[in-house]
Amino acid sequence: MPLTEAAATAQPAAPAPSADGPPGAGAVTFGARALVRASAARSGVELKAFFRNKQSLVFTLFFPVILLVVFASIFSGKVEGTDTDFRQVFMSGVIAAGVMSTAFSGLAINIAVERDTGLVRRLALTPMPKTAYFIGKIVRVVVTTALETVLLIGIAATAFDLELPHTAERWATLGWCLALGTAACALAGTAYSAVIPNSRSASAVVTPVFMVLQFISGVFYPFDKLPLWMQNTAALFPVKWMAQGFRSVFLPDSFTVVEPAGSWELGRVALVLALWAVGGLVATTLTFGWRGPRVR
Amino acid sequence: MPTAPTGHPVSVRGLSKDYGDVHAVRDISLDIHRGEVFALLGPNGAGKTTTVDILTGVRQRTSGDVRVLGHDPAEDPREWRARIGVVPQTAGAYADLTVREVVSHFAAMYPAPLRTEQVLDMVGLGRHHRTQALALSGGQQRRLDVAVGVVGDPELIFLDEPTTGLDPVARREAWELVRWFADRGRTTVLTTHYLDEAEELAQRAGVVVGGRLAACAPLSELGGRDNTRTHVSFRRTAALRDRALPALPPGTETAHDDTSDTVTLRTSEPSGVLSVLLPWAREAGSPELPELRVHRPTLEEIYLNLIDRETVACP
Repeated sequence: MPLTEAAATAQPAAPAPSADGPPGAGAVTFGARALVRASAARSGVELKAFFRNKQSLVFTLFFPVILLVVFASIFSGKVEGTDTDFRQVFMSGVIAAGVMSTAFSGLAINIAVERDTGLVRRLALTPMPKTAYFIGKIVRVVVTTALETVLLIGIAATAFDLELPHTAERWATLGWCLALGTAACALAGTAYSAVIPNSRSASAVVTPVFMVLQFISGVFYPFDKLPLWMQNTAALFPVKWMAQGFRSVFLPDSFTVVEPAGSWELGRVALVLALWAVGGLVATTLTFGWRGPRVR
Repeated sequence: MPTAPTGHPVSVRGLSKDYGDVHAVRDISLDIHRGEVFALLGPNGAGKTTTVDILTGVRQRTSGDVRVLGHDPAEDPREWRARIGVVPQTAGAYADLTVREVVSHFAAMYPAPLRTEQVLDMVGLGRHHRTQALALSGGQQRRLDVAVGVVGDPELIFLDEPTTGLDPVARREAWELVRWFADRGRTTVLTTHYLDEAEELAQRAGVVVGGRLAACAPLSELGGRDNTRTHVSFRRTAALRDRALPALPPGTETAHDDTSDTVTLRTSEPSGVLSVLLPWAREAGSPELPELRVHRPTLEEIYLNLIDRETVACP
């Protein structure tokens, strides 16, 4: 009987604390150390689960890679009015698609599944600092998005002649564009998970948003050739601005002749992405629930 | 409004929960004593899980006063959470993690958890610690849920139908776990459909029917069980049919069923009845009484009879 062994090794029962013990007792246990321990536990579990799950690997991590390989092999020719290969334009855009895949789609589906299969409910029943859950999500998104970006840039540079930036300024633009874009997509994804009714429908509710935004944001087709209403619609969402930011990193400045404003508009890229991050954060705080009818 | 006292681990006064016009819980008052296993019984939809959800801070109450380990569960302080273990009714799925990883991950959330190996042994999953959680059988997944709920070494444990779907061996292992915590002075609130489980583990039980507390007592007294009469019955042979019954202890009621020719004696002194009945049968030349039964009402019969009773308070 396993139980007798367990009982034999058990420590003697601690005296039960009185029902209304002094407030502040155990403050150390519930302070920063508890947050660090809980965040480490959450982060470890997030990464293990992501890399063990074939579905998240294939649909979230490798799908943009497949898009890159397929379309970079198909596309050829210069963008009208410029001296730039459309393939170069597409490869800049697909990095934006990669960020949206890991930070938005992957995260929104992940949170919806955790809410539907009892994990969120069970975490809420523990003394876990709620922040630890979100720190775990940040680690998940940062690691997977960084890996996605390295994969895409690596394959594009080695197999499809994507020219890497030569100036520190352009690398810096890549850095902040990636950081702001990831924050905007992740916070929007967390908020969007609130409209997913259950884990079975998660992919169906998330993937169309991902696909449509790629098409209207100039990832697969030169943005300036899209109908104006489509350009204006896309300008409301972060993918168009991320793609524009990444074009400023990888394409020559002469390409700005076909950009809507005739320039890279980096200030506006930063502004729109930051607004999406703030909006996503506000929507998340309003909609994220640890309990309620959808938390099973 | 009455105020719940703070001495007991769980004190409930006048608890009600409405969903629109539906009264899921109506005016429940209840104290659960330190160190006891308290069973919460009742049919599906009676309000058991709603009550447990309110006590564990998962749902908000409509009215009434609730104290759990001295706190209002609606406030949900983290220090308080650390002292409570909850195994919800719905099973959890833990994708892409091994059994051991799931439990040690939850252990990391508590200030003084039990050792992961120890908890896995207690729920009978020690041999499966490297198994992927989703590859477990349904019953094993339920045991993992129990491990997750108690790994924080709680002072007060809420188990909402912990053994549903378990095979008899696994159920007994779960019972051992409940006893192990009880032996360490911990308090357990056990929601169950299995009356044998309540009888085996609990000292007291509350029966919830239609959102109300229909009974609340030690199990041996539930629904007036201690005062209910025992039935002594037998079939009359030809030899017995012609003889009058002997003088029975005072207060014994006699009933006769003509179709089966069965005599039923309702008594509070079943031994006294038998001590006069058996010599009487032997003298009649029928020393074996056909179909002799001595029947005390089972918990199940008591429980089924309770369904229409009115609300009680449980001190």
